[in-house]
Amino acid sequence: MTDKLTIEIDGRACEAAPGEMIIAVADREGIAIPRFCYHKKLSIAANCRMCLVEAEQGGRPFPKPVPACATPVGPGMKVQTRSPKAIEAQQGTMEFLLINHPLDCPICDQGGECELQDVAMGYGDGLSRYSEGKRVVMDEDFGPLIATEMTRCIHCTRCVRFGAEIAGVRELGATGRGEHMRIGTYVAHTIAHELSGNIIDLCPVGALTSKPYRFTARAWELTEADSIAPHDGVGSNVQLHIRRGQVMRVHPRDNEAVNETWISDRDRFSYAGLHAADRLTHPLVRRDGAWVAVEWTEALTLVAERLKAADAARTGWLIAPNATLEEMYLAQALARALGCPNIDHRLRQRDFRGDSADPLLPWLGVRIEELQSREGVLLIGSDIRPEQPMLAHRLRKAVLAGGRLALVNPYRLDLTHPATQLVVNPDGMVDALIGIAGALDARVTGPLRDRIARVAPTPTQQAVAASLKAAGANGKGLVLLGALAAAHPDFTVLKALSYAIAAASGCQVGYLPTAANSVGAALAGALPQVGPGARPAGQVGLPVAEMLAAPCSTLVLWGLEPDLDLGNPAQAMAALGQADCVIAASAFRSPALEAVAQVMLPIGAFTETSGTYVNADGVWQSFQGAVAPPGEARPGWKVLRVLGNLLALPGFEYSDTAAVRAELAACCEGVQPDNTPAGDLSGVPPVGVGAGLMRIGNVPIYALDGLVRRSPALQRTPAMGAFSVSLHPEQASALGLTDEDHVEVRQGEVGVRAPVILDDRIPLGCARIPAGVAGSESLGDQIAPVSMTKA
Amino acid sequence: MSFRNAPLGVIHDRDKSTLFTSEIRAAIDTHIAKYPPEWKQSAVMPALTLVQEANGGWLTRDLMDAVAVYLDMPEVAVYEVATFYSMYDQTPTAKHKVCVCNSISCMLNGSEELIHHIEHKYQVKPGQTTADGRFTFKEAECLGACRDAPAVLIGKTYYEHLTPDALDRLIEGLE
Repeated sequence: MTDKLTIEIDGRACEAAPGEMIIAVADREGIAIPRFCYHKKLSIAANCRMCLVEAEQGGRPFPKPVPACATPVGPGMKVQTRSPKAIEAQQGTMEFLLINHPLDCPICDQGGECELQDVAMGYGDGLSRYSEGKRVVMDEDFGPLIATEMTRCIHCTRCVRFGAEIAGVRELGATGRGEHMRIGTYVAHTIAHELSGNIIDLCPVGALTSKPYRFTARAWELTEADSIAPHDGVGSNVQLHIRRGQVMRVHPRDNEAVNETWISDRDRFSYAGLHAADRLTHPLVRRDGAWVAVEWTEALTLVAERLKAADAARTGWLIAPNATLEEMYLAQALARALGCPNIDHRLRQRDFRGDSADPLLPWLGVRIEELQSREGVLLIGSDIRPEQPMLAHRLRKAVLAGGRLALVNPYRLDLTHPATQLVVNPDGMVDALIGIAGALDARVTGPLRDRIARVAPTPTQQAVAASLKAAGANGKGLVLLGALAAAHPDFTVLKALSYAIAAASGCQVGYLPTAANSVGAALAGALPQVGPGARPAGQVGLPVAEMLAAPCSTLVLWGLEPDLDLGNPAQAMAALGQADCVIAASAFRSPALEAVAQVMLPIGAFTETSGTYVNADGVWQSFQGAVAPPGEARPGWKVLRVLGNLLALPGFEYSDTAAVRAELAACCEGVQPDNTPAGDLSGVPPVGVGAGLMRIGNVPIYALDGLVRRSPALQRTPAMGAFSVSLHPEQASALGLTDEDHVEVRQGEVGVRAPVILDDRIPLGCARIPAGVAGSESLGDQIAPVSMTKA
Repeated sequence: MSFRNAPLGVIHDRDKSTLFTSEIRAAIDTHIAKYPPEWKQSAVMPALTLVQEANGGWLTRDLMDAVAVYLDMPEVAVYEVATFYSMYDQTPTAKHKVCVCNSISCMLNGSEELIHHIEHKYQVKPGQTTADGRFTFKEAECLGACRDAPAVLIGKTYYEHLTPDALDRLIEGLE
């Protein structure tokens, strides 16, 4: 069955695989066949009938034109896409499709980039014979991201199939029959899936359009620029659509190895944050308590003086993990040239006891593409759908293909596929892994050895262990550590156990990178123990938590908001308040920066700078600046270069990011991502999270960084409710609380008032209180005890 | 992956033994047993029929949702089925449903006349119930009785070769 066969399309000989559909062969050969319902990533519906072609096989013509999307190729097949019979069929279909479709393209948002418009021009008649009334369909409200105009719908059902097959949630359906058929939710509700924006691209007409973009520009006014999404560790390939120096919208670019054809809503709609009112547009210096706009020269001279005068050992550089590779490289070069080894990008990590033994260049462990062929995956501490929407989609594919997914998490996730969920409190995560390790007879040295030897694994843990072992035997097992694991006070222990489980089951270990350039940070050397080229640093500096615990006197904040992006905002703000000098480079002027900084340098955000991101599987993806930064803001790498010049440091003579990249690439020659630990992680005893009610501080999907937090449409989605405390109903009643109560939550000196939400996905003894959102600024560690009083 | 060869199952977190009555559950179960376990949702049509009958001839949204739960399928997939077929109603109906076939064979053989006749004589539009509540008048898609068109379905009985007078007599016979 694997033999190739040759068919003839429009007189051209084409090679095809048996079972392939005619349209797939034609697409590969560049032969145009009109279509609406066919999409290469979705199942075949064959309901639009636009792709009708004339065909014959073995000299016998098919009696009727056949749909190219649903007709498999066969030996001796001859296809004619433009024969009189085919053209007549296509024209007929087009006439039917246009019976009920409004012919008011000038007032439709899709006008100019509409598949129906294009195909009607190419295959339709110039005049309509239909003079009767057209049907009208009431619109539904699909929420803040997707605008609807259902009268324009031609029932291709791509959106319905996307929901069923890709998203795994049937939010949309085709109800009614014949002329009364309509696409909708039937019962009005917001479309909430994190990949739902893709139905905007799938819709061949103007029925589903982007709500934030709607009626703001026309397709022919836009110029295109390729870029890389700046949020999660996937580095989805995107295309920016720009008009007059403004990003109007973001579309996906096909890259089978990275994002296939899709992008997450976070990558699609975050661009709106670029137009936020609080963009930083001038270098600002604090004088007598007031912010004064100054020239760049003045601001940078001041910064250079401050950095030079500062005690290098008590200086700290905190770099956002979505800074570009070039920014990270220059920042660490500058810091280290000044004798400061304290540089870190692991803003939410709290346990650094494994630093000396950690792998030097941690990554996903397998290629992104290989995730979907894993047979057994153990996911530890990750709310995977909000954290890594595209990787969650790959894992869903793995499960649908028969793979087994087990999760160890401090709350139950809503997944769109079967999975074994071990829902435990934070300390229980360690216990659960010990159980799985015990079931696998895993051997470790150090304090966990006895616990693993003594443990009596539960049947669930044994089943998880068995599925990992079976997958590992085929070389298709994976143990993944997510963002909640990284924020865990016993992260090192979780890592040690992951390695033990992986070794005993033959699986690999992988890290889910928290942000767009988390892997790149190790290559650039934005770590206290790792220098450029992922080599051990000569002088080991302080990790982020220690820079803030015994506060450094001079701190540089690169691209982050200290009250939202750091693991312990209360501690961070206190430390920054005590520091002698805080220098902030930021695209946004946040109140927290205004409160603690002495100098604010405006740097370009996503789309406004050239650079490189290294994604979860270690692929370097470079992009160009597409629009100018607002006002006096400048790309971050230029700011660092000039700063280097002002400090008279050698080597800061780069003319563009390509030069920086080339220098770093030379330094990274032969360096491969590798999750093999550099030392023994298992010598670290668990400290435990402490006693009492435990906070689970997850970072909601649209709280990941400053840009998404400023996208109004994303902030209005159901995923971003108001700040609240989620408790298991039994836990709430034990605390004397109901779901209408408000509580005062406290992790340090300052408390915050929040409503209680009852949620049986939260384990007993825990309270889910999100991090990175308004309301969480005065709280402490993401996973730590929290006190609560009725307010 | 296609939801044609692998139906999208949704595991609903609800106790199935509280849905409907034990008789209805048993009746649905006999239909479920006809299909492979992963194709449980194939029983959606008989399930809707049973549930509609027990509810006096029409389906509420709650009942459709309950069917979705019982068959572990997405709610919207049940709505799709219930809104497609003319034998399911989503609004209250009278005890009797008079369904006149409006498809091509019946139309050529006089079903339009039957429809006009009912509309005028009983002052009721398709989909409506007569003022006295005697019956609900519906147009139905092809009843599959083309040979003996025009056909009308009243309750569960087919009547064929109908004229307006014959239809009147049938309607007068309804309790």
